[in-house]
Amino acid sequence: MLWNLPFITVVVLTFIGTITVLMKRNLIKILLGINILESAANLFLVSLGYREGGVAPIFTLAPSELMVLPTPQALTLTSIVIGVATSALVLSFAMVLHKKYGTVDIDEIRRLNG
Amino acid sequence: MTPAEFVVTNAPALIVAIPLLAAFACPFIGRISTPARNVWVMGGMLLTAVVAFILAYTVFTNGTVIYVFGASATNLAIPLDSGGIPIRIIFTVDAMSAFMDIICAIAGVLVLMYSLSSESRNSSLDGYYTLFLLMITGVFGMVSTGDLFNFFVFLEILSLASAGIIAYRIDGGLAVEAALKYFILSTLGAILILFAIGIYYGQYNALNMAMIAQSMQYTLLDRIALVFLVAALAMKCGAVPMHFWTPDAYSMAPSSVTAFLVVASQASLYGLFRVVFTLYNVTLNCLVVGWIIIILGILSMVIGVTMAIPQKDVKRLMAYHAISQTGYMLLGVGVGLAVLGNAALSSAFGFTAMEGGIFHIFNHAMYKGLLFLTAGAIFYRIGTRDLNKMGGLGHNMKYTMIFFVIGALAIAGIPPFNGFASKLMIYESVYLFNPLLAIIAMVVSILTLASFVKVFHAIFMGPKLPEYADVKEAPLPMLLAMGVLAAIVILFGLFPQPVVNGIVAPAAHALVDQSGYIASVLGGA
Repeated sequence: MLWNLPFITVVVLTFIGTITVLMKRNLIKILLGINILESAANLFLVSLGYREGGVAPIFTLAPSELMVLPTPQALTLTSIVIGVATSALVLSFAMVLHKKYGTVDIDEIRRLNG
Repeated sequence: MTPAEFVVTNAPALIVAIPLLAAFACPFIGRISTPARNVWVMGGMLLTAVVAFILAYTVFTNGTVIYVFGASATNLAIPLDSGGIPIRIIFTVDAMSAFMDIICAIAGVLVLMYSLSSESRNSSLDGYYTLFLLMITGVFGMVSTGDLFNFFVFLEILSLASAGIIAYRIDGGLAVEAALKYFILSTLGAILILFAIGIYYGQYNALNMAMIAQSMQYTLLDRIALVFLVAALAMKCGAVPMHFWTPDAYSMAPSSVTAFLVVASQASLYGLFRVVFTLYNVTLNCLVVGWIIIILGILSMVIGVTMAIPQKDVKRLMAYHAISQTGYMLLGVGVGLAVLGNAALSSAFGFTAMEGGIFHIFNHAMYKGLLFLTAGAIFYRIGTRDLNKMGGLGHNMKYTMIFFVIGALAIAGIPPFNGFASKLMIYESVYLFNPLLAIIAMVVSILTLASFVKVFHAIFMGPKLPEYADVKEAPLPMLLAMGVLAAIVILFGLFPQPVVNGIVAPAAHALVDQSGYIASVLGGA
């Protein structure tokens, strides 16, 4: 049971993130929802690579015993970096929109339609 | 090793490395002088295109090229001490990838040539060209890579760069609004893709597409991953019902970029086909998944064209037509997928349908690019995209009008333009699969023609309007870019057979032939 705890957390985080993205009207809160979803994906990747009792996968320093998988950690690192770029871009969009429209409520940011 | 050999050997890495380097050096060179930057950007793009053509030529003559990053030899996919697992990042360029490379190279060069003229009146263009070259990097990376996580990274590079460039002219916030819509959807799609990658890694301990394809079991988890990937990539290529971002993003982006956004969407379409055919192939329930793709295609075709008819903004109208045309590609390839397991039906019409769908990708990139560029030329000269405010421009912009007519007839599938060649293949083969689908496809073409006749009349016909009395023809580089695209549209319409035999059929074969893809990476058969 305890084994599945990280995966249960992933499901809970995904749920919270999805609800936030779908229900909130404030652009900043939507971004937070996206960040929660990204965290869920990152936790999912890291949990996949965990082996019970494994040591950090640094080849030269590790004693010759069980190591956790290094690839998911590399993937997670990349995905965190991409997440930072994503957040920065969305925040800068929010800044410009606030300056031009005077609001970050997505119900009011809808001059394009049809 | 001579320089020529070096380029041929390292071509898969160079098509990503050259635009990436050119992109990040661009702001520095822009500080020296504007002409130097223009030469640098154009030079980088031309060099990339040349390498892409060399790579495509190698692939079409010698078969799939693989490129292993960081290995002692570029084709050493499986290191000797790894126990038979391809641990490195591998680019696998098969005929389908090479086909997309050609599209991206042609569109990239022409759109950039057009941009040099159409954007010249705006300030702070260093960032614009940086983002444009990053889009090129993203597309080349997505279509060349053989590693799922690498695919995700290039997809994100493409999304970030596209969102930045859509918002580039803030336009009172409207462009930012469009970019925001596009980017939030892209990010959500990318997270879905990341979950799917995690699911594959958890089951098969691999990120390499060939490795995953070899061990594919089609378990419940694989089905969930398939749903994630299909949903995310269908959204990114603008298929109905996830098309909401397309008209906004296409209409608000600078016109030259819109022509390239079409190619960027098709890179996602490529990803969708790659997942369905290379990762799963016959292990999945072809009939069900094929029909899902066919239904997505039919919905895109019908809803796209009906939404296009009432539009007043010329680029928005063309964007809805782009959705509609994406439907044809999904329809053709979906029919090919639906009969994939059945050899008799596949050879009777399934394979032709796939060829038609894939050929349509190329044709669409050319004529849709041409149409968006003509819309951009009109906007450049008169400063509005509203059809109700236009009229009588045919008197002053004769060449633009001719190019528009060529593009409009091609999109409506009128012979002898290239849209006809691919649509005919789709009609003929889909009719054998299900006559109703072929009839819907033809009706959509007629509606497309009707819509473009109206647009043509609104823009070019009628008496000269007093406010546009001294409008001039578009500048020469813009005309040249449109002229080359128009020439390709006509040439491929007149002589479709060499193109189909030369590059389309190998691309379709490469998609279907999953074992060939696996063997090219993992060796053996």
